[in-house]
Amino acid sequence: MNRFVWPCLLALALSACGSTGGTQATVEDRTGGTTGAATTTGAGTAATAGGAETTPLGGQGVAGSALDSRQIDTGVDPRKSPASPLSSRSIFFDFDSFVVKDEYRSVLEAHAGYLRARRDARVILQGNTDERGSREYNLALGQKRAEAVRRALGVLGVPDAQMEAVSFGEEKLRNEGDTDAAHAENRRTDIVYTDE
Amino acid sequence: MLRAVPLLSLFLFAALLAPFSARAAMEIQVVGGAANKIAIALVPFQTAPGQPAPALTQIAGDDLSRSGQFRLLDASGVQQPVEPAQVDYGMWRARGAEAMVIGQVVALPGGRFEVRFRLLDVVRQTQLAGYSYNVSAGQWRATGHQIADIVYEALTGVKGAFSSRIAYVQKQGRRYELKVADADGQNPRTVVRSSESIISPRFSPDGARLAYVSFEDKKPVVYVQSLADGTRRKVAAFKGSNSAPAWAPDGRRLAVVLTRDDASQIYLIDADGSGLTRLTHGGNLDTEPVFSPDGQSVYFASDRGGSPQIYQVPVAGGEPRRVTFSGSYNVSPAVSPNGRQLAYISREGGRFQVRLHELASGQTRVLTDSARDESPSFAPNGQAVLYATVLGGRGILGTASLDGRTHARLSEPGVDAREPAWGR
Repeated sequence: MNRFVWPCLLALALSACGSTGGTQATVEDRTGGTTGAATTTGAGTAATAGGAETTPLGGQGVAGSALDSRQIDTGVDPRKSPASPLSSRSIFFDFDSFVVKDEYRSVLEAHAGYLRARRDARVILQGNTDERGSREYNLALGQKRAEAVRRALGVLGVPDAQMEAVSFGEEKLRNEGDTDAAHAENRRTDIVYTDE
Repeated sequence: MLRAVPLLSLFLFAALLAPFSARAAMEIQVVGGAANKIAIALVPFQTAPGQPAPALTQIAGDDLSRSGQFRLLDASGVQQPVEPAQVDYGMWRARGAEAMVIGQVVALPGGRFEVRFRLLDVVRQTQLAGYSYNVSAGQWRATGHQIADIVYEALTGVKGAFSSRIAYVQKQGRRYELKVADADGQNPRTVVRSSESIISPRFSPDGARLAYVSFEDKKPVVYVQSLADGTRRKVAAFKGSNSAPAWAPDGRRLAVVLTRDDASQIYLIDADGSGLTRLTHGGNLDTEPVFSPDGQSVYFASDRGGSPQIYQVPVAGGEPRRVTFSGSYNVSPAVSPNGRQLAYISREGGRFQVRLHELASGQTRVLTDSARDESPSFAPNGQAVLYATVLGGRGILGTASLDGRTHARLSEPGVDAREPAWGR
């Protein structure tokens, strides 16, 4: 958050205080922009809504208009072409395994090529596990799957600065079933481009 | 078996509580109990017009039942003594009562109530405790829990934990709510709403703040939120994953798990997000830290020995010491308030269950009969463990007494509850 936005946020925070009032201060967090919104609520007696982190941004952001991609690019986004290995975004793992299988070589080479060619592109590598066991322990296991993909892309020449390996553990199940096939769908790392 | 305590008579103004709202709350089901239960009669108090529901004896009675250490005698259809002089001890003795509670509610101006109650030793025909409260309607449930705490402590010698609170995450469809409720699952209040998952809530030692992990930023980030006003800050939002917060006993520092330098490793960080120091090293998977009550060491789960096991490391740093040796999956450690026991999740024969571990002897026992237990935490008085499990395909919360004999289940129809934590 830059210095410029702060006065705005403070003003908003103060007006939010005035409008919510009462004994339960409710503030909405929309600072994440397109990410999921979270709302926090006071459980105690009363107080003012303070933190800028839980202040709505409202319509105060800079407005932008969409650029027609055909004007700046000759073709469609190669990442979206079904024929391209770039449209494959998930690397699946065997049970209790954190090793990237050889069958994903072409997919990873394609993503590495794209990232090397566009140094402003960024990926978040989200590791996932099945739902069996502790959530926090699974979060750490999912991280191992994300790191395995990050290392594989690093070997293929992608700079660290373009990648972030994170884990969702068992929080983003692709298949909520309790079968071996469902568990296999959940043991994966998703390649997520930050501009998509 | 009944222990006398000095008679106290004082006005007790219950702690600050949020206003009430009529929301769906958990249903409680109790199974089992101790071999030798204390037989107690909670005689319905003389009521005042306009008093809140349910009756105080109902709230306190449910609390005492849930502990598994009491047998509640039917006290309906009898005279309602208000003063000890009015008690027919012989009749209560004949009914098998060892102790009884009598009392009355009096309406005060301004919508307040005076609640007077006495705990009597039926065998010795003496008063064990007597209190008077001046309360608002919003403090009604808290008053019932206070009565249960006083009865519990007077009759067992152990402090009660019925006035404490729990936090948990409720999932409904794609909506997640972090909730704080009374220890009996009632009076739930939502403190965070999100369309992304929330895990690992932990009360600060003074109960005023909650640390938790939220995925709303497309990655796990550790927040600390004030319960009084709902304000919060990101305490750990480093590159990579940030998770598994644990409060130091002084409430000033947390242990967290970060991946910024290496695989999941344990760090210490001030509650304002400053003063980061790394605690574990070596590139193995280290997670789920929890401080010992003296603040001198941290227990955690690690795969450094090949399978997930519990280890202990001094907060000053040093070589971790392995604590669990049996089984191939021991995770999610919790430490009892006196520091003598661990509760953790162990997997055996495909079942994930809460296991209690006596640190001095190394002896362990399974406390539950379910198969998908997670997230154990101790009651503030160390007498029970709260955990999450799955029943009929739905996440529910449960408590188990330390002898494993008494189980209570807290559940709400149609709602998935998980990630519980017991606080003050």
